[in-house]
Amino acid sequence: MADKIATREAYGKALVALADKYPFVVLDADLAQATKTCLFAKEHPDRFFDCGIAEGNMMSVAAGIASTGTVPFVSSFAMFAAGRAFEQVRNSVAYPHLNVKIGATHAGITVGEDGATHQCCEDFALMRVIPGMTVICPADGPETYAAVEAALKWDGPVYLRFGRFAVPEVTAGEGVAPFEIGKGRLLREGTDVTIVAIGYMVHLALEAADALAAEGICAEVIDLHTLKPIDAELLVKSATKTGAVVTAEEHNIIGGLGSAVSETLAENRPVPLERVGVRDVFGRSGKVPQLLEFYGLTSAEIAKRAKAAIARKN
Amino acid sequence: MNQAEKTVLAETANRVRIGILDGVYNAGCGHPGGSLSIAELLTYLYFKEMKIDPADPKAADRDRFVLSKGHTAPALYATLAERGFFPVEELKTLRKIDSRLQGHPDMKGIPGVDMSTGSLGLGISAACGMALAGKTAGKDYRVYTILGDGESEEGQVWEAAMFAAHYKLDNLVAIVDWNGLQIDGTVEEVMNPTPHNLKFAAFGWNVISIDAHDFDQIEAAFAAARQVKGKPTAIIAKSVKGKGVSYMENAVQWHGAAPKEDLYRVGLADLGLSPEEIEGRFKQNG
Repeated sequence: MADKIATREAYGKALVALADKYPFVVLDADLAQATKTCLFAKEHPDRFFDCGIAEGNMMSVAAGIASTGTVPFVSSFAMFAAGRAFEQVRNSVAYPHLNVKIGATHAGITVGEDGATHQCCEDFALMRVIPGMTVICPADGPETYAAVEAALKWDGPVYLRFGRFAVPEVTAGEGVAPFEIGKGRLLREGTDVTIVAIGYMVHLALEAADALAAEGICAEVIDLHTLKPIDAELLVKSATKTGAVVTAEEHNIIGGLGSAVSETLAENRPVPLERVGVRDVFGRSGKVPQLLEFYGLTSAEIAKRAKAAIARKN
Repeated sequence: MNQAEKTVLAETANRVRIGILDGVYNAGCGHPGGSLSIAELLTYLYFKEMKIDPADPKAADRDRFVLSKGHTAPALYATLAERGFFPVEELKTLRKIDSRLQGHPDMKGIPGVDMSTGSLGLGISAACGMALAGKTAGKDYRVYTILGDGESEEGQVWEAAMFAAHYKLDNLVAIVDWNGLQIDGTVEEVMNPTPHNLKFAAFGWNVISIDAHDFDQIEAAFAAARQVKGKPTAIIAKSVKGKGVSYMENAVQWHGAAPKEDLYRVGLADLGLSPEEIEGRFKQNG
């Protein structure tokens, strides 16, 4: 398996790599060292603006910049980009459908020791409920680069969710379709159950599929990097084929991937569905592997839920 | 400013006030008090100060205006219509289901609106973004925003104040409409945000205090703001809420209420319309 990289790190590197091709600017709220926009700031100090610890102002400033035709990337932790500045995202950015790209890092419980106040497991819910907002959460480094570039070419606001903890490469292999906003990527074909995963959980979904294969269960794995607009066509096609679905996300099972997939399938192709995610509780301090275990964000939990979904067929 | 020019501006501001009343009366709701208090400021901005072209409302190098106190949209719409961005007749469609004149300014649908506003405190930040983008791109356009005095109770206003001073946005002018009233009472009673002059000065702004209804003072303030380098300018504009309509002046209940027919007639008379002109309006309105 290739080197691991946190998607926040890949985000910072992508901004640097794409800087000459696209004339965007970058804003941060005193977290550049952590969000990794510091990499861009170092190379392009004239295109980087620290807004201090004032995320609401930063988001509306970004709207003002975007209204002049320049695309801003706005970065903070997910808790503050989607949470603190929610209303500014809704009213300043999304209502006028401005070209603001929000790069939110430190999402989910893999923040680790900082604990519940900084572990945002609600941002998918907050962002996907806003009309016209595009919500993306890449699974690994290469997908992060592709998502950042796609967001730059996309007309309208985009929320990009990145993690603090390093993840292995899972989307760079041959046979994986090119990244496209709104199109899930089939990472593994299967017939018995579909595992739909996003962000940090994608590599764990692949591990779960390996474990299930050892037991003779053939799992399909979809990397649903774009939560909104959701790839209903792919979900329905896969659910029709396998007849059972498991969702896996580093987010509250309410309002995020589990909800979005449930809504889509309930309307179009109801099948037994199980959700893996944070089960409507706050996070806590701890080492990341301990936290993943504590909240059931593991390949073992995905495999267990897969079998439960299969057992519910007919 | 010579007397003739001042007379023309005063007549324009009066027509803006009539447009505010027409809009709010026909909508049956809206925010007349804080709209009437900024008629001279908007008139001066759109007829003298700002580099704008109603025929090309999205021109890249135009000056920008953000109505941070977005609930006073009737004043902005009346000014834009008077300036030729859309027909004055359209003001009567304010807040109606098939109208583009939304209850609060919508930049996607209304020609001449540079930023969607309405949620207080957000507009001044957006104006900062426009000013920063202009400086970064080496453009010489200027950005203006009008805030409510009550609006300055929002913490984001002071985040923006810090930001504008930090980035030396001398192409930005923020005007505080100091009419002294907000929904629940006087600003002093509700949550005293004064003194604005000392607060903006402490945040690193150039501060000018004026009478919001005096065109000479308005002109002098904008001229002075242009001369200041390295600092944004705050104009603290003491105004009369409901200015020009007798029963609305300094009356808190007219913050967000529309007059019925009898008081609409009184208001139009206060603004100098003859009995015939007022009758004609009702015939026109069907």
